[in-house]
Amino acid sequence: MDNLVASFYVFILATFLGFEVIRRVSPLLHTPLMSLTNAISAISLVGSIVLLGEQRTTLTTVLGAVAVTASMINVVSGFLITDRMLRMFKQRPADRKGKQS
Amino acid sequence: MPGGHGMGPAEALTVQAVLTQISYLAAAALFVFSLKWLSSPATARRGVIAGETGMILAIIGTLLMPEIEAFHWILLTFFIGAAIGIPIAVLMPMTAVPQRTALSHSFGGLAVGLVGTAKYYLWIAEEPHRLTHFVMGVLAFETILGYLTFTGSLMAFGKLQGWLPSRPILYRGQNVVNFVLLGIAIAAGIYLNFHPTEALLFPVLIVLSLAFGTLLIIPIGGADMPTVISLLNSYAGLSASAMGFVLDNKLLIIAGALDGSSGFILSVIMCRAMNRSFTNVLFGAFGAVSEKQIGAKEERTVRSAQPDEAASILAAAQSVVIVPGYGMAVAQAQHKVRELYDQLTRRGVEVTFGIHPVAGRMPGHMNVLLAEADIPYDRLKEMEDVNSELPHTDVALVIGANDVTNPAARTDKSSPIYGMPIIDVDRARTVMVIKRSMSAGFAGIDNELYYMDKTLMLFGDAKAFVGDMVKAISSEGH
Repeated sequence: MDNLVASFYVFILATFLGFEVIRRVSPLLHTPLMSLTNAISAISLVGSIVLLGEQRTTLTTVLGAVAVTASMINVVSGFLITDRMLRMFKQRPADRKGKQS
Repeated sequence: MPGGHGMGPAEALTVQAVLTQISYLAAAALFVFSLKWLSSPATARRGVIAGETGMILAIIGTLLMPEIEAFHWILLTFFIGAAIGIPIAVLMPMTAVPQRTALSHSFGGLAVGLVGTAKYYLWIAEEPHRLTHFVMGVLAFETILGYLTFTGSLMAFGKLQGWLPSRPILYRGQNVVNFVLLGIAIAAGIYLNFHPTEALLFPVLIVLSLAFGTLLIIPIGGADMPTVISLLNSYAGLSASAMGFVLDNKLLIIAGALDGSSGFILSVIMCRAMNRSFTNVLFGAFGAVSEKQIGAKEERTVRSAQPDEAASILAAAQSVVIVPGYGMAVAQAQHKVRELYDQLTRRGVEVTFGIHPVAGRMPGHMNVLLAEADIPYDRLKEMEDVNSELPHTDVALVIGANDVTNPAARTDKSSPIYGMPIIDVDRARTVMVIKRSMSAGFAGIDNELYYMDKTLMLFGDAKAFVGDMVKAISSEGH
């Protein structure tokens, strides 16, 4: 029961922390934000690994294998595509800026 | 014997457990930093590295657990996941980013749903004492949310990919049917809460959640996708968090809560940008209701121009604001727009881009496309900033956007989009609109903008038309 209460505290605090941190993200980066949070929430991978690794019953092993694969796709593609997007965001090269002013 | 508590030297077990907890704690902190660093383009890539490091630590910490035995299976599934994930990330064109995002929400929901299912059957067969009221309740919640996110996101993916019609699919009593389905699923969850051993109810709960997710998204039209995709992002996070409650894993709770709040904030921003409520987006079926209005309008004349005329107006301007919309993405015109930007900037024209929050099919969609085309991000302005500049702007060039520029949102109280914040292109000295034809926008309403004296309609495919304007400007220069 204590564990449970602690879990609720953790949840509430993490939610507020999330609000505070994410409110500051510029709209410019909303798409990378969504792919990054998506990759992070693929942390459910951890639960799936335990399920698959324990090999308790055939059912749990099979479901665990599918779950690990699905989460792993999200982890890998989520982080990689976020980085690919962020690499595209460039500032104006200095020479062009000079010409304009 | 897997997972026994008294196994092996007690000290060795504790060291492993401590290492696992330390790596989880570090992972949680890194995830928070990851999102914090994402707030500005200068530090954003560091944020990705922090997130990746956190994820690797979490995986290592998990593999240290004594109950993990089937390393060969884990490696194999890692390999398959990476073999699918890497090509998706590397090869997917940027115009397909909304689809990829929807698909990954659906994978996330699926994983959570499957873990919930497996845990239920495992515990009911082997450790029924673990299914306390609370655990059973959260397990049911996790499973419902996971599966409805799975099918809901799959439907969103189908609509974005064009495999399903992006027009709303409607029938009578739709909302009633949906709520009855969800109601039965929740009732089944509550009943299981008190009678966890009624194992036959669990498949019912699964099937109903899958059906509800499908039916929830089918009536939602393409232009509402930014809100829906954000909401599904939030669900995917919350379901991961619920999984953390079931497994008593704080890292899952934290990471899921971060994702959940992020998705929630984005959906609120999207709703505000359309001046609509959540319930209206989810159950209002915007596009279809107002469709009736089409055809009621009288014929009116518009002024149109050819690429070379439009090009000379742009080249003679001092300041140009380009307002892109989903049409630019569909026509894949972003690279041609970049050439136009280059030509005009070289001639000393001050070019900026006005980005409406709901332009495109997901939050920030336009920014990514323009960044892909190498347009410096400091040229991309938010709606409020660009609106204060527009009255002093020579030319506003609208490419593939419609409802987000419709002045009726400001002036016409009877309009379905009245009150929606728009980009005030009608306040610029000259307005040019690239459009395929005079057909109405997603909301099915006529756009007053097109009939104004200062508006020039540029009829044609966005990519081809911008390309012709670029040619006209560059030939003029030589």
